[in-house]
Amino acid sequence: MTETIKIISIALILIGAFFSLVASIGVVRLPDVYTRNHAASKSATLGVISILLGTFLFFYVEGHQNTRLILAIVFLLMTSPVGGHMINRAAYYTGVKLWDKSARDDLKGKVKIKDTLL
Amino acid sequence: MAFQILLNLFIAFVWMFLKVSYDPGTFIIGYLMGLGMLFVVRRYFRSRFYLGKVWAAIYLVLLFFKELILSNINVLKIVLQPKLDFQPGIFEYKTILTKDWEITLLSNLITLTPGTLVVDVLENEKEKILYIHAIHVPDAHEAIDGIKNTFEKAIMEVSR
Repeated sequence: MTETIKIISIALILIGAFFSLVASIGVVRLPDVYTRNHAASKSATLGVISILLGTFLFFYVEGHQNTRLILAIVFLLMTSPVGGHMINRAAYYTGVKLWDKSARDDLKGKVKIKDTLL
Repeated sequence: MAFQILLNLFIAFVWMFLKVSYDPGTFIIGYLMGLGMLFVVRRYFRSRFYLGKVWAAIYLVLLFFKELILSNINVLKIVLQPKLDFQPGIFEYKTILTKDWEITLLSNLITLTPGTLVVDVLENEKEKILYIHAIHVPDAHEAIDGIKNTFEKAIMEVSR
């Protein structure tokens, strides 16, 4: 039983590290702010959450129930989508252009954009 | 809903006082009996029986985790494919939800669904409009609308 939980926690930590790596590759590769934000806000969330969960399980087997890790997961789930949304919104309002191949932009003309900053 | 939970706790405490034993086991038995009583008298409450709402909330959390994992696999495919041949774009989505916390929950869920990210929320007189950045507009549009209908339905189920 202990060994099984240890294997699960190792798998979770590896998966989390892999998703964080993919998120950082995405931030480098993708063309504009909005698509980069897709990679950063999603993959980083799941990556960090599964690393925290793996750590929790590892120490749970050793006999420590550190509930702060669970709290950290909950806080992360609440805050990281909001962070992604606010970065996107700030980028749009300061006039950051979408990628050239973008298909449509329904928000165009609906909000006032400051074009002096960039 | 909060009133029903408070009433349930009150019945559990009354049961503990009746039994003159103050351990968690008695409390749990009293709580379960209170649940049964509230179920019997559920037609006198204005909102529906609260266990249904609790179940809807649990369903929403499970849906949230499923979508989070699916969206990560989606991003994984997009980032690691050799050519960047997707068409991003911003489309608008009119929502029927009205309360602020429902809109917040819906936009958080949309942000964590495959290939979508909320850019802005505007409101006119009748409805609130979410502006969503999608990573691949042409094929995602219909599917995303379907997904969001399930989200909206799940949130309505909780708040109703």
